[in-house]
Amino acid sequence: MSSYTDLEAQEVDPTAGTAPARVQGRTPFQLAWARFRRDRLAVASIVVLVLIAIYAILAPVWAHLTGHPYDATFPKTGLDVNGQPRGPSGTFWLGADQLGRDVLVRAAYGARISLLVGILSAVLASIVGTLVGVLAGFVGGAMDTLLARLMDMTLALPYLLVAIMLATTFQISSVGASLTLTILVIAFFSFAAFGRIIRGQVLSLKQKEFVEAARSLGSSNARIMFVDILPNLVAQVTVLTSLLIPTSIVFEATLSFLGVGVRLPMPSWGSMLGEGSDVFQTAWWLLAVPGVLLLLTTLSFNLLGDGIRDALDPRGDRATGGK
Amino acid sequence: MNGDMSDARRAGQGAGQGTGPGDVLVAVEDVYKHFPIKQGIVFKKEIGRVHAVDGVDLQVRRGETLGIVGESGCGKSTLARCITGLHQVTAGRILFEGDDITRLGKAGLKAFRRDVQMIFQDPYGSLNPRRRVGSIIGDPFAVHSIAGGAERKRRVQELMELVGLNPEHYNRFPAEFSGGQRQRIGVARALALKPKLIVCDEPVSALDVSIQAQVINLLKDLQDELGLTYVFIAHDLSVVRYVSDRVAVMYLGKVGEAAEAEVLYGRPRHPYTAALLSAASIADPDEAERAERIVLTGDVPSPIEPPSGCRFHPRCPKAADRCVREDPPLVPREGDPPDHVTACHFPVEPGERLAHKHAAIAQVSTQPELPEVEE
Ligand SMILES: Nc1ncnc2c1ncn2[C@@H]1O[C@H](COP(=O)(O)OP(=O)(O)OP(=O)(O)O)[C@@H](O)[C@H]1O
Ligand code: SF4
Ligand SMILES: [Mg+2]
Repeated sequence: MSSYTDLEAQEVDPTAGTAPARVQGRTPFQLAWARFRRDRLAVASIVVLVLIAIYAILAPVWAHLTGHPYDATFPKTGLDVNGQPRGPSGTFWLGADQLGRDVLVRAAYGARISLLVGILSAVLASIVGTLVGVLAGFVGGAMDTLLARLMDMTLALPYLLVAIMLATTFQISSVGASLTLTILVIAFFSFAAFGRIIRGQVLSLKQKEFVEAARSLGSSNARIMFVDILPNLVAQVTVLTSLLIPTSIVFEATLSFLGVGVRLPMPSWGSMLGEGSDVFQTAWWLLAVPGVLLLLTTLSFNLLGDGIRDALDPRGDRATGGK
Repeated sequence: MNGDMSDARRAGQGAGQGTGPGDVLVAVEDVYKHFPIKQGIVFKKEIGRVHAVDGVDLQVRRGETLGIVGESGCGKSTLARCITGLHQVTAGRILFEGDDITRLGKAGLKAFRRDVQMIFQDPYGSLNPRRRVGSIIGDPFAVHSIAGGAERKRRVQELMELVGLNPEHYNRFPAEFSGGQRQRIGVARALALKPKLIVCDEPVSALDVSIQAQVINLLKDLQDELGLTYVFIAHDLSVVRYVSDRVAVMYLGKVGEAAEAEVLYGRPRHPYTAALLSAASIADPDEAERAERIVLTGDVPSPIEPPSGCRFHPRCPKAADRCVREDPPLVPREGDPPDHVTACHFPVEPGERLAHKHAAIAQVSTQPELPEVEE
């Protein structure tokens, strides 16, 4: 019998080539990027986020320019004769707070905390969630039962109570340690929802014929997991992570608002809102500045996440649902 | 190429030695595959089982195409997955070149997977949407560490030409191909390791009719060129007749009748086969005139609790008491060649008119008013 090489001459079916002569196939990533660029809202939200990030990164610069370090109080210039905080002016661009501290500078440091905690805890939660979800979905059996119960339990815990309890038990006073604890707490309470979605995704991917095809070729479980399943999760993980960031930012703000998040004197939007709520009738800027920043950031991250999802998973392109 | 060695050996030894064309490549011996139905969350209790494959005997000979037909849900795909080792059988043996594949260890299974490949029904679901075509077709080489780098690429492009794809499209993604082209990709992947057996599970039912013929002809041509053995599953009787040397008819997890294609289509003995053939559109107008449609009563019974005795009896126009009690064996019936086996106590005689008897049975059957109509 002949080898395949001898046969190719007879076997080429001229009608079979792809009809449209496109130069080079575009990767799914290129296609997604092309779609993303056409999404005005998503692009606008990126611009907003970049501006907020620049504002956060330049926090020491604002402190230097205004001559107001974030934890320094200026009772003479920042407070009026009655001891009330002064509103926005030439010296305090976004006003001062009850202690005469610069809101512009403090909000910039708060932005650092929000972005840092939001992104780090979302990434941590998505790594753990993906690992747990893939393990539960792919290995199945007792492993699945165990991990699924663990995720259920985590989701059933009253997260605020636990967070408050942890903060009071550990009596953490340093900024660094409170930052770490906050990130860990947020990640711990987010990974389970993440893991559940990934587990569901893996279970449905496992039923796909291409996984059966790989198995019938003799692929090992590890190969199926890394070569066939994981690449199909990338889109989902990206979208979920980008949507988890705003949730984590709000989570952090809530904890700090209640005084169990990042410790003073490090400002955070949540603690600024907490302090400002006492005097907001006379000093609206104390709520408006961190409030608007928080809203803009979470809204932009949400719009960005939606944009990524639409770009990666347009229903039309994926008739792969199949059987 | 090193594949030529084994081909030469295969050809040289001839029949009688157990490796020539015509000898038994796969023997399915009394195979059962049941899916348990479980209830409860922690302590899962079995409350029943789907008898998907329920005692099947079949043989596939080297170089032939064995067609398997049957209604949806009769267990064709499950049987295919048992033969390719994707399902662990519940009971029975499957001998591949004499070795029982249901007892293979890890290494044995991996070697077996080189020899047996599968082509799937869904040209969309069977190709990973996130991988390039070159990598999909090259997968068998990677999994079995046969060829890498430039050598793999060269081989993949040869395969693409062989199945009528443009080798330049090596770097494309499955979404960029049409249904028929995707099925060609699946064929190329199945051919990569020069398997001894290819199981095609409804390879064309998802395709347009015009494309179906192209893919079927490709499969036939490849069989002639490469001496392949096929198990070809379909529910379209005419497709099966066109490609198959022998045909097995399945009903509710069992084989009802098996014979050479021409014999089975020309002189069906099992009432179910006769009914299927009469229901299919008959191309020959003379034959269409003569044939009367046998209308089967009721639906296919549930495979969870298949009927007693002959499992076709609730719908069979010839059913008698014996059929309810006794499961008919799959053996040659009087006047048939030895490889024409039928599981029926009262095989259809040539010229017998089932459609008429049917009305009489209908009155005693459980469904009193049945549509005795011809559309
Ligand atoms: N993994 C499974 N778990 C439980 N039941 C199953 C499983 N796979 C198949 N079945 C059941 O076994 C029976 C036979 O299914 P199978 O897919 O083999 O039929 P089929 O002849 O291939 O049908 P079709 O023509 O629709 O493809 C059906 O009742 C089906 O519901
Ligand atoms: S055994 Fe009886 S019920 Fe079964 S097919 Fe034959 S005649 Fe019909
Ligand atoms: Mg099927």
